[in-house]
Amino acid sequence: MAKFTKKKDGDLPAVSTASLPDIVFMLLFFFMTVTTMKDSSLMVENTLPNASEVKKLEKKDRVLYIYVGKPTRDYQKVFGTEPKIQLNDKFANVSDVGDFILEERAKKPQELQNVLTTALKVDKDANMGLISDIKQELRKVNALKVNYTTYEGDAFRNIQ
Amino acid sequence: MSRRGGPPEVNAGSMADIAFLLLIFFLVTTTIETDAGLDRMLPPMEPPDENVVIKQKNIFTVNINKSGQLLVEEELTNLKDLRKKAVAFLDNGGDGTCNYCKGRRDESSSDNPTKAIISLKNDRETKYGTYITVQNELVGAYNELRNREAQRLFGRDFTDMEAEYLNPETPSSIRDDLKDKVQRIQDLFPQKLSEAETSTSN
Repeated sequence: MAKFTKKKDGDLPAVSTASLPDIVFMLLFFFMTVTTMKDSSLMVENTLPNASEVKKLEKKDRVLYIYVGKPTRDYQKVFGTEPKIQLNDKFANVSDVGDFILEERAKKPQELQNVLTTALKVDKDANMGLISDIKQELRKVNALKVNYTTYEGDAFRNIQ
Repeated sequence: MSRRGGPPEVNAGSMADIAFLLLIFFLVTTTIETDAGLDRMLPPMEPPDENVVIKQKNIFTVNINKSGQLLVEEELTNLKDLRKKAVAFLDNGGDGTCNYCKGRRDESSSDNPTKAIISLKNDRETKYGTYITVQNELVGAYNELRNREAQRLFGRDFTDMEAEYLNPETPSSIRDDLKDKVQRIQDLFPQKLSEAETSTSN
């Protein structure tokens, strides 16, 4: 009988927090899995223009990215301040764009090769001349679907 | 301080703190970004076989010069008026074959939305931001008209239907239904936006 009289104080037992870590870990794993670390660091200034009539770019695996803009401050000494093209992790010339597209296209699975979109992430201060040259290169390799990536917003803010 | 109840329990209270720390780190670094932008199709490299003759009145010319000024149909135009002008041009229905057009039916403007072509030309020194604004306004003009027709026929906006159609999470039964509707609206106002090679002159 002595065993059952052990409860001396009538205090409320503390709420067990043992399951709290589990809950938090669950959240943690969620965010760990959805986090995508950027695979290429930007070497160009990339303030995208605004547009209101945008369409979402679904399915990341079907998109190739081309960045255009002024080199960032660290690279300005070497590459100057004229807008440059960045493909993956290095600066490139207009003539490299076609090869890049073909190379990236070959890496994709067969069934996706015909539905690829090229996303042009261009700084709003870049000149159209360079963009036209890129478009010309894209036409040469038959990469006709392009998406001018923009922020969602009022388009008239671009011209101020 | 007796150890009568077996080994003492490890205090797991700080585990939550550690996990929270990690959680907050990932919360802050996560950017769930979905890129959005203006979709465009570039013209194929090989020119069309036969030379198609297009009447001048069916072409709506937009020129952008290097300082960002607009010349629309040989007239200096403010960017804010571009959408209105484009809508008026597309919706004109000059030859009376377009029964859903609500335009002025001006003889000297476009015959039919299916024949109307917008031609965009820009200088090599045009700023990209200006170019996007112009593109945005032209796409906006098409969307405005398509929304109007979609509202009339199906009671909802075209942009809304198209977004649902393109969304991969939409069930395929709804997608098949939407496909026909989207196609029908697109046929009423086909997007014919031609971009000439950029001019190198001033």
